[in-house]
Amino acid sequence: MRMSRHGVSRRQAMIGATATAFAAMLAPRMSVASEATVAEEIKKLYSDRKMLDGKIKLDLPQIAENGLVVPVNIEVDSPMTEADHVKTVHIFADGNPLPGIVSYTFSPACGKAAAATRMRLAQTQNIICIAEMSNGTLHMAKAEVKVTIGGCGG
Amino acid sequence: MSIKPTPRVRVPANAKVGEIIEIKTLISHEMESGQRKDAAGATIPRRIISKMTAAFDGKVVFEANWHPAISANPYQSFFYKAATSGEFTFTWKDDDGSEYVSKNKLTVA
Repeated sequence: MRMSRHGVSRRQAMIGATATAFAAMLAPRMSVASEATVAEEIKKLYSDRKMLDGKIKLDLPQIAENGLVVPVNIEVDSPMTEADHVKTVHIFADGNPLPGIVSYTFSPACGKAAAATRMRLAQTQNIICIAEMSNGTLHMAKAEVKVTIGGCGG
Repeated sequence: MSIKPTPRVRVPANAKVGEIIEIKTLISHEMESGQRKDAAGATIPRRIISKMTAAFDGKVVFEANWHPAISANPYQSFFYKAATSGEFTFTWKDDDGSEYVSKNKLTVA
């Protein structure tokens, strides 16, 4: 590599500049929901009702290279009959500008309480999924997604 | 708005009674989150599709309420247990009041 008079090659200078630009891009610059805001949203919906584990299969990538399009797959274990089915499923994220992602309303006609969509994630964060059954019980599942490039460009 | 929202739906044409079929939907839409800023620093107003509804012969079977965190050109899949022949009506509700509709027939043998 040919060095300039100042001892820093043009290539090195370019690498430095790119790194700085990247750091600026990744720095947080907007208000962000937190675990507390998600907890508040859940409280608004279900006050302090008990959350059970299990039944929810939350299928997410461990690492999302592109935060703009992150697949999110949920499946809730239920026979989906009139007497016993999944009524609603809410999905939240605790590191986006807003906590909500999506809310589903299922019916016994679905046959299977499963749905898939794609979401934007601003940074590495937890995804929280809550399912309300027809008998009123609530189930919760949580998973972390590591995001390499955030999906809330400004 | 540069693109006209066009729904694309994949429903199997035929199903057996009791069969659980997967329905895949996609609609072209920018899903402007209301979080972005333009070159001048002004916030670009939110404009998303906030609700997607699937009805079979007029009865709602599945509903998705999308928040701004849903990606552009939103994709949604879900399931349906085939019982009788009929027609699906998929409706997407835009923030600006418009509605986009797709109708798909299902034959149950």
